[in-house]
Amino acid sequence: MRRLAILALLALLLSVPLWVGNFYVLHVLIVTGIFTIAAMSLNLLLGYTGQLSLGHAVFFGIGAYVSALVSLGFAVHLAPDWLVTLDPQPVWLAMLCAVAIAGLCGWAIGRVSFKVRGAYFVIVTISFAEVARLVALNWDELTQGPMALNNIPPLAVSLPGLDEFDFIGKVPNYYLVLVAAILAYVVIARLVHSRAGRAMIALKENEPLASSVGIEVTRYLVLAAVVSAAIAGAAGALYAHYIQIVDPNVFMFLYTVTMVIMVVAGGKGTLAGPIVGGLIFGLLPEVLRSFAIRPEVQWVAYGVLMILIVYLLPNGIVPAVASLWNRAGRADAPAAPTTGSSPGRIVP
Amino acid sequence: MSGDGKTALSVDRLSIRFGGLTAVESMTFDVREGEVLSLIGPNGAGKTSAFNAITGYLPAASGEIVYRGVRLNGLKPSRIAVLGVVRTFQKTSVFAGRTVLDNILIGLHLQSRQSVLAIILGLPSVAREERRLVEQAREVLNFVGIESHKDKLASSLAYGELRMLEVAVALAARPTLLLLDEPVAGMNSTETMNFMAMLGRIRARGVTILLVEHDMKMVMRISDRVVCLNQGHIIADGPPADIQRHPDVIRAYLGERHARAQG
Amino acid sequence: MLGGIYALLGIGLTLIFGIMRVVNFTHGELYSFGAYMMFMFVMLLHLDFFLSLVLATALGVALGAVIEFVLLRRLRGADIDTTMLVMIGAWIAMQNVEQLIWSGVAKSITSPFPSAPLVLGGISVAWSRLFVFAVALLLIAGTYALVDRTRIGRAMRATFQDGDTARLMGVDIDTTYLATFALGSGLAAAAGALLGPVFVVTPGMGDLAALKAFAIVILGGLGSILGATIGGFLLAFIEELGAGYLSSGYRDAMGFALIILVLLMRPTGLISRKDRIG
Repeated sequence: MRRLAILALLALLLSVPLWVGNFYVLHVLIVTGIFTIAAMSLNLLLGYTGQLSLGHAVFFGIGAYVSALVSLGFAVHLAPDWLVTLDPQPVWLAMLCAVAIAGLCGWAIGRVSFKVRGAYFVIVTISFAEVARLVALNWDELTQGPMALNNIPPLAVSLPGLDEFDFIGKVPNYYLVLVAAILAYVVIARLVHSRAGRAMIALKENEPLASSVGIEVTRYLVLAAVVSAAIAGAAGALYAHYIQIVDPNVFMFLYTVTMVIMVVAGGKGTLAGPIVGGLIFGLLPEVLRSFAIRPEVQWVAYGVLMILIVYLLPNGIVPAVASLWNRAGRADAPAAPTTGSSPGRIVP
Repeated sequence: MSGDGKTALSVDRLSIRFGGLTAVESMTFDVREGEVLSLIGPNGAGKTSAFNAITGYLPAASGEIVYRGVRLNGLKPSRIAVLGVVRTFQKTSVFAGRTVLDNILIGLHLQSRQSVLAIILGLPSVAREERRLVEQAREVLNFVGIESHKDKLASSLAYGELRMLEVAVALAARPTLLLLDEPVAGMNSTETMNFMAMLGRIRARGVTILLVEHDMKMVMRISDRVVCLNQGHIIADGPPADIQRHPDVIRAYLGERHARAQG
Repeated sequence: MLGGIYALLGIGLTLIFGIMRVVNFTHGELYSFGAYMMFMFVMLLHLDFFLSLVLATALGVALGAVIEFVLLRRLRGADIDTTMLVMIGAWIAMQNVEQLIWSGVAKSITSPFPSAPLVLGGISVAWSRLFVFAVALLLIAGTYALVDRTRIGRAMRATFQDGDTARLMGVDIDTTYLATFALGSGLAAAAGALLGPVFVVTPGMGDLAALKAFAIVILGGLGSILGATIGGFLLAFIEELGAGYLSSGYRDAMGFALIILVLLMRPTGLISRKDRIG
């Protein structure tokens, strides 16, 4: 039954380009997909380890910049007489670099930031994002500063025996993002349903108890940070090669806030939460725009919605729906846990 | 009764300070392999502080803590757990938002080996290990007698079951030395009886037990030895019968309480 | 001069965090609110400059009280992440309301001070900056006195030490929280009102101010008034150094680099907990 539902959903997602002819709608779906991937990665940190990282746009931005720079090539002076140059590389390699370097940054920032918790952690993560934005803005030689990196090539793959295939246009990019999203989902799902995921959840629920049964706190927090950063980096890379332009605004706090809203609204600590939240908050701006609502009003609505969700649905939409479903189905059954760790407890 | 008599844990001249306050002053005692040793003493005597220092939650200001030849000072709690020293907490402490089974699976952390790469690749060995862990978790739940609750949320358990679950989580970590901090506090007499029966089963498996407890009836019934603390000092150390007669203990602590327990 | 403003921002934020355990993301918005009120009173309603300053600050206090009453009161006992999310929501909403009302165009406010600087022994200081500095110092001193000498200040200190005990001893937590949030907000609005006439007023001005206030509070240790005062002046000084030695583009990065460094070395801030408050 569950398998059937998942297959149906997949079929639906796969068939979208067949019945959606409007390129603008596809564009919105692609961008929504990219941000949903980023939200899924944030959920690993926020929902499963319980660490509220408000610097997640760092990893997204690093992914975008690294992928763009490796595919464009660069020449930069690390010291007045020390010039480092890189010739343009294939895009798939650039994307892999983006994932690797974002992951590495996740490791480094995690090692530093997890020394502190709570409010300190939040502020440190904001600081990293702000430093990254200012570096991107001011290191003209590498990043072109506010001029932005332009003409980023799209992903191209050449399989033996076949012509090179470029991911130009909406339909190929839609499938590219869909495949990436499914991959990200599978990686995260496997992780959270494993011993590693249980360790993360244990840290969130009760850190002293977790360490008393031998769970190494920092190790699993850093692991979550690395995986989360790598996936966010991948999302950033997808973004760079799809939009083909990257400017320092990718590090903006509002991007992080968007991801946080997606996760919190959808349901942090659930696999489906960021997807539901991502779809809602990815498509909502377009819906609002079609009613000719100004972006400021849209953001005001976001802010108010965020407050209302915290008050009314503190666990998010997915757990609320799931518990309604359960209550309707089995009146006397105990409420299902908000997040499942037994395999198969996926609420699509 | 007291196992093979070899020293398992030795605490030597342990002192613990908070700021300028001394919580424990030069505490020395041994726990032998296989025995049940109880730490007793009035509130604020430093029992929980000693527990926290042994399990790595508090730094020792001075002194040595050695378990089976390994110095525990300065090790992280998770590292100490790897060495087989596992504790429960004074305030009921479980993973409240998870199911009972999940609680035990978390406790089984050290019994699982799969690498992150294997997990992400979804190798068959991961699924095999998961099945084995669930099997082991059921055994543990069976052992403490709460298997029927395995799919309930931990937060929905009754108090007595909750405290059983706490011990079950600790047991899942395969301790060789189990430290229990006031495990029966707040239990009714049936629950306490059940708990004592389970304690008997745990020690029958060869697990050494260090107990902090206020329930004197229980302490006197199940302990092989009792160490009595007062104001950070050890004032008596011996078999329960001797402790009950020890004049200092009676003066410091037992007098009134024990009389009550007897009456 | 900036040191004084930074200190005002930092003190407000640190009071709110120390006493209420709320990370106040609306702090920057109260700062820009103060500046916009100043603009409205001076430029649109043509009120007296000094009266406007008082009014803007008073409105900041009132707005702070409203935020506390409407948003935070029902979140008593909620964990810090929950309140943080609510405050982020409030921040986004407030900033965009501001942008709707005042539009994105920068506004300037004329100040009544002579444009010729005061020259003292070869050093020239603009009158307006001198005024800002003096008022900032006055407000800082006033806050110290308030926390140290008054009944509500005593309640704040008691709540800071231990909220539960304070409640048991008869401290009215709701009033104390309300007063704390209003006071912190008032200080932020005053900072904005003071600085608005010196620079220009833009809707985004609060963001950087808030982030810097965080930096200051981290520098000084969360919950320490003295720490925030020192942290404010320190940050202003370091920014000057950074702008001078690196490049002016990195001026604003200094604070954040500093946060990261400080937390690496001393996770509790430069001033340790026992010195905090009062």
